[in-house]
Amino acid sequence: MQPPSTPHFRLGAFAVIAGVLCGATAAFAYTAGWLSPGRLSREKVVGALSPPGGPAPGHRRNHVKGICFTGTFEANGAGAALSRARLLAAGAYPVIGRLNLGTAAISEPDAKARVRGLSLQILGPDGSEWRTGMITPPFFPVSTPEAFYALLQASASKEPGAMPAFAAAHPEIAAFGAWAGSAPWTGSYAEERYNGINAFVFTDAGGSDHVVRWSMRPAAQPVPVPPDHLATRAPDFLNQEIRTRLAAGPVRWTMALTVAEPGDPVDDPSKAWPEGRRTIDVGTLTIQALQEEADGPCRDVNYDPTVLPDGIRTSADPFPAARSSAYALSYRRRAAEAGSYPHTAPGARP
Amino acid sequence: MTVARFSPLQRLVHWVMAACILAMLFIGVGMVSTISARYLTLVSIHKPLGIAILVLALLRLVLRLRRGAPPLPADLPEPMKLAAHLSHLVLYGLMFAMPLLGWAMLSAEGYPVVLFDGLRLPPILPQNLELYALLRGAHGYLAYAFFAVILLHLGAALFHALVRRDGVFEAMAPVPTRALD
Repeated sequence: MQPPSTPHFRLGAFAVIAGVLCGATAAFAYTAGWLSPGRLSREKVVGALSPPGGPAPGHRRNHVKGICFTGTFEANGAGAALSRARLLAAGAYPVIGRLNLGTAAISEPDAKARVRGLSLQILGPDGSEWRTGMITPPFFPVSTPEAFYALLQASASKEPGAMPAFAAAHPEIAAFGAWAGSAPWTGSYAEERYNGINAFVFTDAGGSDHVVRWSMRPAAQPVPVPPDHLATRAPDFLNQEIRTRLAAGPVRWTMALTVAEPGDPVDDPSKAWPEGRRTIDVGTLTIQALQEEADGPCRDVNYDPTVLPDGIRTSADPFPAARSSAYALSYRRRAAEAGSYPHTAPGARP
Repeated sequence: MTVARFSPLQRLVHWVMAACILAMLFIGVGMVSTISARYLTLVSIHKPLGIAILVLALLRLVLRLRRGAPPLPADLPEPMKLAAHLSHLVLYGLMFAMPLLGWAMLSAEGYPVVLFDGLRLPPILPQNLELYALLRGAHGYLAYAFFAVILLHLGAALFHALVRRDGVFEAMAPVPTRALD
């Protein structure tokens, strides 16, 4: 080894050390996105969902209003043709679910929410789990998470030209607009069909892959109700209605899987697949009991659509990854604010 | 001159862990920065790699307790000796704490801890939202602290190698002993 040499050499050594440390720090900052303000972060998406008065502390950042339920998913075994998932083998599996509204504003009356949702956590005896969040439209308003962020910005904008400009750049939104304008409204969560929207890859016992979207078809006959009639009902009328309905009899849906054919737009949830695609009814969801969210078992569940049993995985559809990332931030934020959404004695919540 | 060195196995584990932990920290900050499809890929690496680091940390601690470490140079100033010992203590602590915090926070969320298809770890805590908030915060902030301590460690190693040239870097250098003669 050489003894430490001249001050000149030492200066060079310190320069090397500084260079290495600065380079490592810069690489870290770049990876973290701190040098890329243009990167679409989950902070941006969750921030853009915030209603004008700010999010309700302790609550989900979107689909903020909801009611918990416990129930059962009874698989009839027909799903085994598409996936080896334990939860599609014939049997009854417990469910923690949440009926909800597609709004980020907690004060919004039920009658104003055009989109309603159903989230499920189905639990298998082997520890496997299937989480899904479904909505009433048959397709998503936009094709990509980037377009969804642009849609949130445009709809929050005070510029009169913001939405027309968005629609011009994202023509796929027209189909959603047509659905929102023409699909009948109903007076019950139980009369709605809920669609998984995103495509997932199912792998059967033989190892073959199938690209699938799923839906929950209501057992109850939908009764159209004009929206101005709904507007005269109580702000939480959907929760009251589902309680009354469950007290009178069972509330059920049939889970249907639809299989894509080659060439179908599996990576674009704004595009419905053509009529006539192979569809398999794989089981029945039955609600057994309802719980107020504040004390209910769904409250602390993150309905992350990438929690899937072995035999089902994400596909080329970009939304499940984006949803998983954004839901994690929503969950983190509401967890940190848990004290603002206290548990109450059952029935004590107004 | 003969240099007192860590054993070959200790050096191997050190450098394998160095690569794993640096990769882990970059994967961690990278994954929370994005909503792209990369998010799921990075998360799926983050979990098994974290458990791998936990196992390596255990192996490393056993090796350290059994085989010890070469002494620091006698002429190293006391404050630098203290800094060396403290930073090593912090590094060991974080090597254990970070994977355990990650596992614990997912448990508190009630989120399945899946390492690979079909390999699921049991929860190590009951589901509890307040606990999740605490653990998730700690996991994130300690990751930044971990990176900062690694930078200090790297800076000190280079200081020993290039400025003091006192054999401390050579004790852990990823080269065979004969290459140092």
